[in-house]
Amino acid sequence: MRVENVVCPFCGCLCDDIVAEVEDNRITAVKEVCSSGRSFFLNARTEATRPTVDGKEVEWPEGIDAAARILTDSACPLIYGLSSTASEAQRKAVALADVLGASIDSTSSVCHGPTTIGIQNQGEPTCTLGEIKHRADLVVFWGCNPAEAHMRHFARYSVSARGKLTPQGRRDRTVVVVDVRPTASSRKADFFLQVRPGSDYEVLTALRALLKDETLDVTDVGGVSVAQLADLLERMKGCRFGVIFFGMGVTQTGGKHLNIAELLALVAELNAYTRFTAMAMRGHGNVAGADCVLTWQTGYPFAVNFARGYPQYNPGEFTAVDMLGRQEADAALIIASDPIAHFPRRAADQLRRIPTIVLDPEVNLTAQEAQVVLPTAIYGVSAAGTAYRMDNVPLPLKRVVDSPQPTDEQVLDWIIERVKTCSA
Amino acid sequence: MMSKFILITGRTAKQGEALHKGKDSDEYRQATGFVEMSRPDRERLGVEEGRHVRVRTAFGEAELELRENDLPEGMIFVPMGPVANALIGSETRGTGMPDSKGLEAEVEPL
Amino acid sequence: MLGIINGEVYDPQNGINGQVRDIWIEDGKTVSGESVDRAGAEIIDAAGLVVMPGGVDIHSHIVGAKVNAGRKFRPEDHRDHVRSRTAVTRSGSGYTVPSTFLTGYGYAEMGYTTVMEAATAPLVARHTHEELEDTPMLDKGAFITMGNNHFIMKCIRDGQREKARHYVAWLLGATKGYAIKIVNPGGVENWKWGQNVGELDDEVIGFGVTPRQIITTLAWINDELGLPHLPHIHGINLGQSGNARTTVETIEALEGRRAHFCHLQFLSYGGEPGKRVRSGAAELARAVNEHPNITVDIGQVIFGEATTMTSDGPLQYRLHRLTGNKWLNDDVEGETGGGVVPIQYKRSNPINAVQWLIGLELFLLIDDPWRVFLTTDHPNAGPFFCYPQVIKLLMDRDYRAEMLLGIHRRARRSALLAELDREYSLYEIAIVTRAGTARALGLRNKGHLGVGADADVTIYRKLDDKEAMFTEPYLVLKDGQIVVRDGRIVREHQGRTLYVAPPYDPGIEADLRTHFEECYTISFDNYPVAPEYLSRSEVIPCA
Repeated sequence: MRVENVVCPFCGCLCDDIVAEVEDNRITAVKEVCSSGRSFFLNARTEATRPTVDGKEVEWPEGIDAAARILTDSACPLIYGLSSTASEAQRKAVALADVLGASIDSTSSVCHGPTTIGIQNQGEPTCTLGEIKHRADLVVFWGCNPAEAHMRHFARYSVSARGKLTPQGRRDRTVVVVDVRPTASSRKADFFLQVRPGSDYEVLTALRALLKDETLDVTDVGGVSVAQLADLLERMKGCRFGVIFFGMGVTQTGGKHLNIAELLALVAELNAYTRFTAMAMRGHGNVAGADCVLTWQTGYPFAVNFARGYPQYNPGEFTAVDMLGRQEADAALIIASDPIAHFPRRAADQLRRIPTIVLDPEVNLTAQEAQVVLPTAIYGVSAAGTAYRMDNVPLPLKRVVDSPQPTDEQVLDWIIERVKTCSA
Repeated sequence: MMSKFILITGRTAKQGEALHKGKDSDEYRQATGFVEMSRPDRERLGVEEGRHVRVRTAFGEAELELRENDLPEGMIFVPMGPVANALIGSETRGTGMPDSKGLEAEVEPL
Repeated sequence: MLGIINGEVYDPQNGINGQVRDIWIEDGKTVSGESVDRAGAEIIDAAGLVVMPGGVDIHSHIVGAKVNAGRKFRPEDHRDHVRSRTAVTRSGSGYTVPSTFLTGYGYAEMGYTTVMEAATAPLVARHTHEELEDTPMLDKGAFITMGNNHFIMKCIRDGQREKARHYVAWLLGATKGYAIKIVNPGGVENWKWGQNVGELDDEVIGFGVTPRQIITTLAWINDELGLPHLPHIHGINLGQSGNARTTVETIEALEGRRAHFCHLQFLSYGGEPGKRVRSGAAELARAVNEHPNITVDIGQVIFGEATTMTSDGPLQYRLHRLTGNKWLNDDVEGETGGGVVPIQYKRSNPINAVQWLIGLELFLLIDDPWRVFLTTDHPNAGPFFCYPQVIKLLMDRDYRAEMLLGIHRRARRSALLAELDREYSLYEIAIVTRAGTARALGLRNKGHLGVGADADVTIYRKLDDKEAMFTEPYLVLKDGQIVVRDGRIVREHQGRTLYVAPPYDPGIEADLRTHFEECYTISFDNYPVAPEYLSRSEVIPCA
């Protein structure tokens, strides 16, 4: 059986033109995917698995009960992850945090959290990806490498995509990459500006200064010559519709959110000359959704805490790496994420020390060290749900094959119910 | 003999692909267990491609397979994953974001 | 079975003006007193109290992509306005951009039971519906922005308004929307080129159509489809000096077709373009009085914090340049755009003072309360929490005079408001906040307490201070259940999403598929919002 218009939930591109071949409840082939997407669909498992508590298989009620007791016994529980699950489940996760008085944080905090902080300071001129495809004749990739991390981005949206004002695709665009090292993306660019690590802030400030017709009394900034910067700026001012796509290269180094604030300020100022936009290259398939859900339910996009009975927001205080690194969180519920694989050692070590519950289709590295493992269905494969693309366009994930596993949404509902009776 | 470098971590296509095979799979270990540097740096270090080196930062150390790639001199790249995270600290300076790129690192042959 | 007895009822749709009447409720609807078994009924004695239908808000920005972007980038808005969870309610935060639970509870605690989300881009309608699901207590709907839609503009260009009609019908069903919304027609498309429109006959870049054509075509379509509401229009030149002229021209351009003009205050500026803003309220009130086919809501300014958020991309950029405040912009492929900019309205700012005056002057100069409605274009002119303040301003001329003394001297000196003595009665307030809005929305079962109405009822204590009276109702019933007591939620309730699904020619699908391939970055099959997104819903019939 052929299923069309399948949405791949792996990365922020959320390509929705995937074609899957299904036989005997297995995906046997996928077309129009990148290699990561192919790997995702073809390795997806659908066999029944039961929860485990301390490594032993148990029935669902016992697993839920163990999870609820860990959470209600804890003084400072942390709910973390969320970026690879559907919004329906994310909404329940916030409901659970509200009931518990817990902290809740998503992978945003180690990804585009600094972007959010930058936007909160500066605003963000942005658009949906179709605007880029149709209009953008100058495309800048700053501190990101889509050729490896968002592999169909160029073809579907930003470089070779053919649109109304860009009918020749690549030939109708000027592509600029700004990065600390040559990458697969920079090799596809018309211009590559190699900046010294940690100096994006200076380079962005220099561009803003040049935009205001200031004279710089240096010949280069951050390893880039002023002449190159002046040339880039002229191209930016003179284009029809420009965009800066940006990633971890600017969120994870040096000034972090200050880098982003400079970048966004530059883009806003360019709108006095032409139309210019910015867009964060969201990594995980539904991390944008996690930001959206947390924001609409609490007012804040990540680093949220409910201990006082109402939502509070403070990156650095309620962000997961900090709460774990400072050994403040005394229990953790990890949903659709693998922090033991991706967190700094010190934070990962705390997860090993405290009682941890994992909701995930895979027995990932975090699950291997968790007390309670609740194996769930895979959104976009064996469960339908909603995910938000990097430009915040929401898409319907399909159920392509069946699985006996409950969804994250269902499991969280059970936990909420059990927590409420535990507390009563 | 140790050399000082700036450490960058990040995604790669192979790491993204291998991730779905399971993080204890050989593919994933291969896709995340290496460190890249430029040819001039590798030659100065005196280590052949494919041999292992020790990478050390203020936060931890790891043994990684050395590979050559087009990188500026003085820079090393390690793909994101459990190995890279041994090298990254949990101090976020009030932002929630640990310093994951641009760290000072030392590399020595084993 | 529930009876609200001995109350002073204000039910303008049924001509009841404070007379003592009993209201009987069964299975969520009002029923005739004759069929009632009073012995078994729960009785609420409303003696000495005012009984009205639940409030119906015709225009408010409460959910969806734009609103949420506004929430996300304004944590400073939320910190001092929080709500703790209780056994029956979720926690929340936010003042001008409250989180969804806080929005639902806030409206209900003020006695409102139905709220319309003023602008949703079709491409992200799914987001609107997810947020509506998390907005408790209220019945709700979403207006769908169409005034810069590529398919529609192509149809107009090609002289194919029948095709546009089928497209609009399909679009409303696909997005589970309630009404046609038009925002700065043509101007938002031109903003994608860094430009705008300024006259009804300016050209939309790349399409060669005009704002006039877009408005008249959509008004024609609205009539053809028999939609329950009117085309809901945010006109061109919003916020600019001298825009009263183009607003009156837009009213005249409709040539008698029915339409609703939203937040009229922002479109009633006299004076010369580029020069000092003056009140154009007299001119606009005259136009509204002379055109019975028009309804309006005011968008009254409230001094204090506000957040401007509209689909009007070029307007939002201008506000950013004017105020220096942080700016969000979001252009939506093939459909629309928009932006968000925080703003503060100050008594001491002569422009803000004139804006405040204009809203009140419009209220007092427009004769027919069935055609003028109370809004603050939440949160553009002020937060919805402040509706009771507006009610007091309308009912109490001494309070108005007192507030007038506090505004910028220059604005005060030339104010027409000083001469306007009119005071709204409770009956008229009931019209402009529920009876009239429900009627203009085509919601036959709302805004009144006649037999068959949805049992959404608000009971107020009669207080001299009308702001206090309307801030904290004594009781609020939703679908016949008591949900608010003494201004606090006592029972959580999930309302219904109201939408329309007019029939269309299925033959249009071929054109739609082509359009999607050419225009969008998502596939046609993934665009419509499936019914599963609406846990409780009601299709409002078209004529």
